Amino acid sequence: MFHRESGVFKTTYGADMALYPLPIAKWTIIALGVIFVGIVPFTVHEYYLSILNLIFIAIVGALGLNILVGYTGQISIGHGAFMSVGAYTAANLAVKLDLPFWLTLPAGGLMAALIGVVVGMPSLRIKGLYLAIATLAGQLIIEWTINRVPAISGGAQASIEVGRPSLLGFSFDTQGRLYFFLLFFAVLAIVATLNLVRSRIGRAFVAVRDQDIAAEIIGINIYRYKLLAFAISSFYAGVCGVLYTYYFGIANYEQFQLIVSIDYLAMIIIGGLGSVLGSILGAVFVTLLPIVIRILMENVGSLFFTAAEMANVISGLRLGVFGGLIIFFLIVEPEGLNRLWRNIRSYFRVWPFSY
Amino acid sequence: MTRFVRSWLGVAATTATLALGAGQAFAQKEVVFGLQCDRTGPTANVGTVLCPGYQDYIALVNSKGGVEGHKIKVLEIDHEYKVPPAIEAHERFKKEGAVLEGVYGTPQMAALNKKLEEDKILGTSPGFGTAAAADGKRYPYAFPIAASYWSQGGAAVAFAKERLGGNLKGKKIAYIFYDNPAGKEPLAILEDLAKSEGFEMRTFAVPAPGLEMGAQILDITGRFKPDFIISHLFGRSPSVSIKELKGKGFPLSKVVGLVWASAESDIIAAGGWGVAEGYNTIQFAGVGKDFQVIKDIEAMYKAQGKNPPKEMDSTVYYNRGVFIAALHVEALRNAIKAKGGGTPNSEEVKRGMESIKGFTLGGLVPPMEITPADHEGGGWVQIWTVQGGKLVKVKDWFQGYRDVIQKHLAAEASKS
Repeated sequence: MFHRESGVFKTTYGADMALYPLPIAKWTIIALGVIFVGIVPFTVHEYYLSILNLIFIAIVGALGLNILVGYTGQISIGHGAFMSVGAYTAANLAVKLDLPFWLTLPAGGLMAALIGVVVGMPSLRIKGLYLAIATLAGQLIIEWTINRVPAISGGAQASIEVGRPSLLGFSFDTQGRLYFFLLFFAVLAIVATLNLVRSRIGRAFVAVRDQDIAAEIIGINIYRYKLLAFAISSFYAGVCGVLYTYYFGIANYEQFQLIVSIDYLAMIIIGGLGSVLGSILGAVFVTLLPIVIRILMENVGSLFFTAAEMANVISGLRLGVFGGLIIFFLIVEPEGLNRLWRNIRSYFRVWPFSY
Repeated sequence: MTRFVRSWLGVAATTATLALGAGQAFAQKEVVFGLQCDRTGPTANVGTVLCPGYQDYIALVNSKGGVEGHKIKVLEIDHEYKVPPAIEAHERFKKEGAVLEGVYGTPQMAALNKKLEEDKILGTSPGFGTAAAADGKRYPYAFPIAASYWSQGGAAVAFAKERLGGNLKGKKIAYIFYDNPAGKEPLAILEDLAKSEGFEMRTFAVPAPGLEMGAQILDITGRFKPDFIISHLFGRSPSVSIKELKGKGFPLSKVVGLVWASAESDIIAAGGWGVAEGYNTIQFAGVGKDFQVIKDIEAMYKAQGKNPPKEMDSTVYYNRGVFIAALHVEALRNAIKAKGGGTPNSEEVKRGMESIKGFTLGGLVPPMEITPADHEGGGWVQIWTVQGGKLVKVKDWFQGYRDVIQKHLAAEASKS
């Protein structure tokens, strides 16, 4: 993900597909592991952990959407609805059957995958904007169903409260504890995706994205792989929804409305379509940027504005700067933050020479 | 590329220095309030007026020397009506040591309920959130502090009964609502009352974003022909409903809007005061500028040599901001008094909130009594009607079918 050697020396397919292209990559992963498991949770204030927690959840969702949109080339704006499917499945199982999180979490993912396949059916016939509208319909139908069926939603408020996740009597009930809970699933999602995209399935996805007719000619069953992409992507979304449910302590479909689907699309487009690191960078960027802008404005803004003006200025400027930066990054590098990172890397690869 | 990298490093370095330099410490006794706002999201029409109202009242209190020697610092965070930023806002408030927080939005309140309880910080949700939160035993740190959707529904029926001559038997009432959980919440009360009062009720759901309701209005006025309409809409949709009903010739004096369908901006957007003449609104805070506290805020601005802000003209939402701030300050005052002048922590402020009684702020706040069991404070509302270009009070503070609401709260409590 982070490293490349200073030239092209690979002679086998195995070397090309390796998770760790260089020995140093292994050390980077170990260093990151030490930082995020050993140092960060014990030295950083709980507030910053809570932001990291939100980022971890967003990473799971963004990875899922990137598998579908970035790797397989199927546009979906129903990602938020798949999250709500996972959320309500897990919440109902947790409350009605009193199941622990390690059962409700995969159950939520599987249910979302099932619904995802159904919503993904139109992808067999239609592409591009038409598919986007079909998935939009999926989003609205799922929202409506949850809102209207008390058996799923648990009553007029459409909210189901769940307890904190616990494992062998250990309850993840503070931000510090939830940090480990969510970090685990974020890492699991990252590793799973890295392995998925270098497997036969991942290469089939890319082939379908690049030219589906050509993919069919070389023997890829595109129907199967399109639906598989929807299933895997929705599974991630469902898990993401379950994580939100346990993190908030409640399943509520208003937390997964259309705007959430759009936010996740923004994440992967800013981060970089068809890249694992891009999904992570996008999730970090979209979650963090409004917070960073606000904290900067709170500190710097007092030099220019009175306290009363500040509140309006911060809100307005935050949106303006956020939008401006998105446009800026997309113009500087339309392929996203991941590509920007690769450019910087390849610049230093031959540094101090220009090429 | 070099130029690009270098210029970004420069920007990062400058901002870091500025951020470090600007963090100043205060020596005076200070209490932090957290306030979540929506100044830029889908309900910005509320947030852009309500939040200045809150800030102005706190500024007024601070300009008079604070609360029992404590200055109040408000930390306001705009969450754009999204849930994850609301969680982040809560954690930030906690980090800054906020003793209470004003939450904004029903889904946000739902997502924060558990965290508020775990962190022992009270959160207020005036006029929104789940009605069951009025039960202080079940939700110890959730404070609706104003009429919930249940109480508003009860009040609407009580008002309809009064308007229809004191008897609802055989009458027809239409309930038009925004098709989301908040919109459906009063249904439990309305259905119950329909049985006990003997009126026929039919519901008409308006799907989001609620800008097109021609079919529903036609259904109501053309087919159902109700004696009274209860309207529970949000955002831009109340204005659409007023315009459509007016267009179909339904008398607006037989329509009552719940608290989020009842602001000046809705009436102006519907085509002006003339169009909305007769429209009834339910309010949980006083309306208009005829309050001492509003005059004090105007005087505060004049003393600073400024004109009062234009937000003050939207008195419905502005006064609600003042209402929320005033109850927050009152809770703090009770807590400081109980502690003999010491700076209270969040749990003591919660007890201060639970001992609010007889605090009316010259009529802007109802005669509510918040207790450890009743965090709603009684569910008081007023009815204001559009008459001659302004909102006129036609019914003073009252509680609609309090016994029915309490019966539902008890049933809800026994469920958990």
